[in-house]
Amino acid sequence: MSVLVDRTVAADPAGPARGRSRTAEGFKGLALVVLPPVVVAVAGLGAWEAIVTVGRVAPFVLPAPSAIWEQFTLSLDTIIRTGTASGTNALVGLVLGTIVALLAAMAAGRFRFLAEVSVPVAAALNALPIIALAPILNNMFSATSNIPRRLVVAIVVFFPVFINALRGLREVDPTHRDLMDSYAAGGWTFTRLVRLPGALPFVFTGLRQASSLAVIAAVVSEYFGGLQDGLGSRITSAAANTAYPRAWAFVLGACVLGLVFYLIALLLERVATPWRTR
Amino acid sequence: MTAPAVELTGVNKIFNQGRPGEVTALTGVDLTIARGEFIALIGPSGCGKSTLLRLVADLIAPSSGTVTVAGKPARKARLDQEYGIAFQQAGLFEWRTVRRNVELPLELRGQGRRERRARAEEMLELVGLADFARHYPAQLSGGMQQRVAIARALAVHPPLLLMDEPFGALDEMTRERLQDELLRICGTTGTSTIFVTHSIPEAVYLADRVVVMSPRPGRITGIVPIDLGERTETTRQSPGFFTGITKVRAALRGTEAAVGAER
Amino acid sequence: MRMIRTTLAAGLGLVAGVALWEGYKAVGDPQGTEILGVRLLPRASDAAMPHVLDILERFGRAELTGGDPIWTVVLAACLFTLRNVAVGFAAGGLVGLLLAVLMQRFRLAERGLLPYVILSQTVPLIALAPVIAGWGGRLQLGAYPWQPWMSVSVIAAYLAFFPVAVGALRGLQSPAPIAEELMRSYAAGWWRTLWKLRLPASTPYLFPALRLAGASAVVGAVVGEISTGTRGGIGRLIIEYSREATSDPAKVYTAMIGAALLGLAVAGVVALAELLLTRRTVVTS
Repeated sequence: MSVLVDRTVAADPAGPARGRSRTAEGFKGLALVVLPPVVVAVAGLGAWEAIVTVGRVAPFVLPAPSAIWEQFTLSLDTIIRTGTASGTNALVGLVLGTIVALLAAMAAGRFRFLAEVSVPVAAALNALPIIALAPILNNMFSATSNIPRRLVVAIVVFFPVFINALRGLREVDPTHRDLMDSYAAGGWTFTRLVRLPGALPFVFTGLRQASSLAVIAAVVSEYFGGLQDGLGSRITSAAANTAYPRAWAFVLGACVLGLVFYLIALLLERVATPWRTR
Repeated sequence: MTAPAVELTGVNKIFNQGRPGEVTALTGVDLTIARGEFIALIGPSGCGKSTLLRLVADLIAPSSGTVTVAGKPARKARLDQEYGIAFQQAGLFEWRTVRRNVELPLELRGQGRRERRARAEEMLELVGLADFARHYPAQLSGGMQQRVAIARALAVHPPLLLMDEPFGALDEMTRERLQDELLRICGTTGTSTIFVTHSIPEAVYLADRVVVMSPRPGRITGIVPIDLGERTETTRQSPGFFTGITKVRAALRGTEAAVGAER
Repeated sequence: MRMIRTTLAAGLGLVAGVALWEGYKAVGDPQGTEILGVRLLPRASDAAMPHVLDILERFGRAELTGGDPIWTVVLAACLFTLRNVAVGFAAGGLVGLLLAVLMQRFRLAERGLLPYVILSQTVPLIALAPVIAGWGGRLQLGAYPWQPWMSVSVIAAYLAFFPVAVGALRGLQSPAPIAEELMRSYAAGWWRTLWKLRLPASTPYLFPALRLAGASAVVGAVVGEISTGTRGGIGRLIIEYSREATSDPAKVYTAMIGAALLGLAVAGVVALAELLLTRRTVVTS
């Protein structure tokens, strides 16, 4: 799914915005950063509400924000319950996929041959609609198992973490290499003191991308059958019953879940790489 | 213990030997550096001055000839950390605080935490950055980063300091200040130094002897002794300073003339 | 040369995958392995994991008794989906590019929109697919009724727009200030700077983004077909065949392989376009 590779590496979707925010200083700067998105949000929601009410747009096309919010508060209990189920799947898959990806990246970083084979394979894997594996995994395990959805999440998560971690491990500042040579420090010492800390920012870039993908994969893989206790199944059943505002309310729940994952990943990144924040 | 700080005899370095793209980087280099001496290596690009420094550091091995540091083979000297090194890039670990960067070589020597910390703070005091111990490198200016790199190079109290154009990327004012600081530090610690530079005034101001090199193939073409005594605020305006500059420039021009004659 | 190596490596990966599959079938428990009451290893039975040869052989046989051979059905479904992907990719790419140009031109637009562009990726709005499916057959676009496949393309476009918007913005902002000042010194206006400087400079960022957009559009189309219930595409075929998994286990794998090939084909087309276009810029510049 959407993970920018190479130089773009969406390298950091939050990058441009953050870069700008640093240059804009003081209260006025803050206002310039915070105000435009808020204005866009208020104007957008207002226009949406107005168009739907005044234009009498049928709810199956676009329900009004107020109607969605009403359904959201009404079904809050269900949203939390199903959101927890989806969130658990996303989390387990994310952790599993990340661990495997990191191990694979370390192996590929160690052996040149492995890297040459695994990068194209990983890229090819990334071009495939992995989510469509869900029905097959449902057959291989069973339709009442949580494992298929978690495996789908893990496979989807693998790619961004692997590619970013591998790049981080391979990019070593030549001066650092000379310096460590002058200390006669090689092997594991070099890996521990230079490679791993140097790769950390890259790993977190991958993890940040993966965190959103994990939630998306966990929710959407339910559209393919299997156990139906997450947000995805509620969205489909509400839409099937033409209860469109309720379907949107569950989508909103999925959005909140995605945001929570993203923000936690962002927070972990800040904590683990303090030298990049100031 | 009267072995010279560094001794090179009959050193040749050929890159890509026996393959296409063979380059003779250094040929017939003999050089002896006394203890406590400050040597500047100067010459046009491609004259092999960095290669020479890297041979002494045992980052590369000579094709023939011997390199000894403090009476030991260069490899043994590296393993014993007989020298500290600073490059054109400060090469600080951006994920470590300034103090932990200076601690790095001590850590690799297996020194205890408390000892490391005390030594690092002492070194930062020496380069005037004691207040920045807890900062990250990205928060420092280029000149400050280079001072941290020097503190790191000096942390193990090495008898020999190797510097590869460490002030090359700095502005002239910062450069002159760091030159004075370096001389003061080398004076107090009695460290021998090999300092690679592009700048004639820098070489003359810093060194006891300026080693002039020429390219194709890289070799030593002259050694200019400098006798300015104690460097003071007036040294840079003194006639002796300009005489030194003129001598080094003449030696360098001689190498240019030689290159011109070759063509 | 690099292409050959990559293909070779991918082939090697494929062989390793097949070996792993058959190897697990040989040693695995047909009922799967349960640890602490949870089935952690999959069933190795023929019904859950058919032999690779059986799957390949299944391509040649008829879909249903007396029907077309299954490879023609899968191929037709892939082509149907490909159209949805193409429409979605084009629409999403265009929107992404326009957004990027807008955000590059007006700092305020970047400040106001970029957070939402990024936000749109952190939230699973693809979950809207079943809702958009509701548009089918009920919405009118002027004289044209809304077709179900359009819903699929909308979803594909939604997934494709993000990488393009972010990648293109980075690319358009990539020229060094000196280059911009040089254009200024030529008295070149915004348009000419865009054409002569920013767009050419953005290609190293744009094409990786387009590759991702292609992959995303495929995912969007497959998921879209499943949740909208659009008939004729490969996504729908996967779901239909997976329901027959107990009686005809190899069938669903044929559709899966079709979807995988579709993904690779789209990636290949984008890579080819990149090769042709960047070669041309090299020659003309």
